[in-house]
Amino acid sequence: MNEIVPTRNIGCYVPMIDGPEKVSGRAKYTADLIAPGMLAGHIYRSPYSHAEILEVDIAEALRVPGVKAIVTGADCDRTFGVLPIARSEHPLARDKVRYRGEPVAAVAAVDDATAKRAIALIRLKVRELPACYTAQTALAPGAGNIHAHRPGNVERDVLFELGDVEQGLREADLVREASYNCAEVCQNQMEMHAAVAEYDRERDRMTVHASTQVPYYVHLMLAQILDMDMSRIRVIKPHVGGGFGCRTEALNVELIAALLAKRAGGCVRMMINREETFITHRGRPETDIRLKLGMRRDGRITAVECECYQRGGAHSGYGVVTILYAGSMLYAIYDLHNVKYIGKRVLTNTPPCGAFRGHGTVDIRFAFESLLDQMAHEMALDPIAVRRTNYLTAPTFTDNDLMVNSYGLPECVDWVEKASGWKARKGRLSKGKGLGFACSHYISGASKPVNWTGEPHATVKIKLDFDGSIVVLSGAADIGQGSTTLLAQTVGEVLGLDLGRIRVVTGDSEVVPKDNGSYSSRVTFMVGNAALDAAHNLKRVLVAAAARKLDAKPEEVECLGEVYRAGAQDKGLTFNEVVTEALRDSGTITVTGNYSTIPESHGGKKYRGAAIGGTMGYSYSAQVVEVSVDADTGVVSVDKVWVAHDCGKALNRLTVEGQVQGSVWMGMGQAMSEETAYHDGLLITGNMLDYRVPTIADSPPIEVGIVESNDPHGPFGAKEAGEGSLAAFLPALTNAIADAIGVRFNDLPVTPDRVFAAIEKHRRAHNPHPYPPPLAGEGKGGGA
Amino acid sequence: MARLLELTLNGRPRADAVADNLLLLDYLREIVGLTGTKTGCDGGECGACTVLVDDRPRLSCLTLAATMGGRRVDTIESLSRDGRLSAVQRGFHEKLGSQCGYCTPGFIMASAGLLRRNPFPNEDEIRAALGSNICRCTGYVKIIEAVKYAAELHAAGASP
Repeated sequence: MNEIVPTRNIGCYVPMIDGPEKVSGRAKYTADLIAPGMLAGHIYRSPYSHAEILEVDIAEALRVPGVKAIVTGADCDRTFGVLPIARSEHPLARDKVRYRGEPVAAVAAVDDATAKRAIALIRLKVRELPACYTAQTALAPGAGNIHAHRPGNVERDVLFELGDVEQGLREADLVREASYNCAEVCQNQMEMHAAVAEYDRERDRMTVHASTQVPYYVHLMLAQILDMDMSRIRVIKPHVGGGFGCRTEALNVELIAALLAKRAGGCVRMMINREETFITHRGRPETDIRLKLGMRRDGRITAVECECYQRGGAHSGYGVVTILYAGSMLYAIYDLHNVKYIGKRVLTNTPPCGAFRGHGTVDIRFAFESLLDQMAHEMALDPIAVRRTNYLTAPTFTDNDLMVNSYGLPECVDWVEKASGWKARKGRLSKGKGLGFACSHYISGASKPVNWTGEPHATVKIKLDFDGSIVVLSGAADIGQGSTTLLAQTVGEVLGLDLGRIRVVTGDSEVVPKDNGSYSSRVTFMVGNAALDAAHNLKRVLVAAAARKLDAKPEEVECLGEVYRAGAQDKGLTFNEVVTEALRDSGTITVTGNYSTIPESHGGKKYRGAAIGGTMGYSYSAQVVEVSVDADTGVVSVDKVWVAHDCGKALNRLTVEGQVQGSVWMGMGQAMSEETAYHDGLLITGNMLDYRVPTIADSPPIEVGIVESNDPHGPFGAKEAGEGSLAAFLPALTNAIADAIGVRFNDLPVTPDRVFAAIEKHRRAHNPHPYPPPLAGEGKGGGA
Repeated sequence: MARLLELTLNGRPRADAVADNLLLLDYLREIVGLTGTKTGCDGGECGACTVLVDDRPRLSCLTLAATMGGRRVDTIESLSRDGRLSAVQRGFHEKLGSQCGYCTPGFIMASAGLLRRNPFPNEDEIRAALGSNICRCTGYVKIIEAVKYAAELHAAGASP
């Protein structure tokens, strides 16, 4: 009924509707919210990695003139955590500190200098305990328990075998096993964490502005930590300077700011610095993987055995989910049948890890695509042909019950093969140059939300009033990915209206409907579908009103956006006339749109935690990376990346390209330079010089091919575009290096020193006496 | 100690008493209220706080406010003319050189500084001029496109 030609925005290059604010300095981020009389909040952090707290002495700090409040662990015995099954973290440590930098106390004072002076006067008395900085030491017999309720420091053990791995290995013509290590990495988003909390003692109400991806979780955890009724709390998300997953859970920053505001009876602005933002962490854990694959002569994978250890840090965070994703997402990209997965999430005395872009899937994909490439090489098969041999056929359910409805991987592979000139160039590049290929995939939101309440997965409201402006109300958190623009586009497309008529209000719990937030790439799919539903509901109201006024049947009314008419001869009604008619009975119109996932997408029950990995739509990505390796220095340059991403349907080609390029580039950082490092638990990479993010000088051109598989459930056919292309970069890079110099790197990041050392080792292995014999006492030397 | 700072800020003369150790970044944000200039690191690592001092890009987090006497300081808030985006702003907006927007003021000011001294930069010159600014969203591909487009708009008469 009443279809219009879709041309205005869906599928076009649409600049973000909040772009003018961002490029003119008018966009307000949390730290920009400066109010007269607000207090400065600062955190006192533990200088110990693991210790029993004997006393937190704040007496002297309290005497500093201008100090308005100090809170310690003694002021809050409640715990927080993103998973209802693992809420064991205190906003301020009680009884024990478990990592260096863990918050112990906090001060609110009239200004920064006063707060810092007071912090310097806080005395922490402890009994130090042995600390574990690696998964291996934490799992060793006799290692002390970091949390009493997690004996042996195992946060979660996962074990499943689907099919028969032994049988699968027997069917293989080639079986290979390899070990991989991926360093811990951190989101390092440009905006450092900040919160502004204001407590109204007269009314007992708390308002918190937070740099978060999920205002709803912040809301829940504030109520829990403050012991306040949720109705007395208001959470506002201003502009947010990136997140990449570290803000998908409530962080101690906003909780501590609120504790201080409540104690002081005022407004506290907490801005933590870059080093503290690194320590707050929630990045990707250091991961050790042992992978064994069986492959037939034709490239068909016959068996997968995978063991995965994650160094999770001192608190649970998302840990249980991360280790489950790593196993479940072995599936849904290739047709696999005999799979065994052993996962261990380990607690250590390091900052807590969390959900980093590509949550749980990235390091496993690196191992898998690396070994696949190595085995293809060994069997003289084209690595691309090997992938083709293992494609899924959609629609299908995987052995672990993941529902795959659309599958654009073959088109992605074809695109990068052609665009990169793979057939003509692979193996024919000049010395020191190489091409590498890999694939990856990701979910479009978890089909079961973390907090399962029975509500729809997403709700969007639209308000239409006398002025004819369309106001879209949504809790979806735009953190730079463009969700606000997407909402306007979706509603505009259905109603045939220019985006100028549409305003989108987000991020204030007082006004907008609850949303589960911006994580696991759920927003386009779930909130997009809810917006679509709301827009169709509004259109029905408008068409009915137009029909009344035009004395026609609703199905005869043609909706042309700014004009509604009954038949081509009719001069029709303007949009504002239709609105006036529609408002006649009800006054201001509000409509609701909802979206819920279908039960078939909820994953299975074949093993404990099998629901993790379930989604309505998997995105797919293929990449070719071209590198040059300087054998004299070990420096690897990425000359070019070709990436194709199946996002179902590109609702906004501009932001899809931007998301895919950003994902690839973030994968490049992890693969080539990024790595957190600790010395006895002390973070020694807490700045952007030691934590090396690629600069514009190091970054390659990234050519994006958009593949549209038109998912049957996605809004306009869309799936996610913001995460799935990250993982493929890592193995595509190391595969390219192997192509260039014949040396394979299984440990990340591939830094120049590692490359140089490996080249030297390789040289010596192939030419045992290139140099004079070593002096006595210098080790064995000579051949490797 | 405090002293009187007299400067031209975003085209307007202004005088404030500033402490000797006050950073230009904190002066702009906390005293004047120009929060478009961002704090992205603990000092000199990321470029988010870049402003123009006498048309040259400068890290306001490594600059003492008190040294700005008699200088011309321009922040992101100064670029729009008559409610219209400048060439660089338009480039970053329309080509998606800005995603989360947090590094954007620094990139835009560094780019505006580039176009003021070199209206026709090639890609290597763009990379060199923006080499000390970090963006975590874009992978820089669209930032380069944004600056190229801005240079075209600038050549056609738009202010940088």
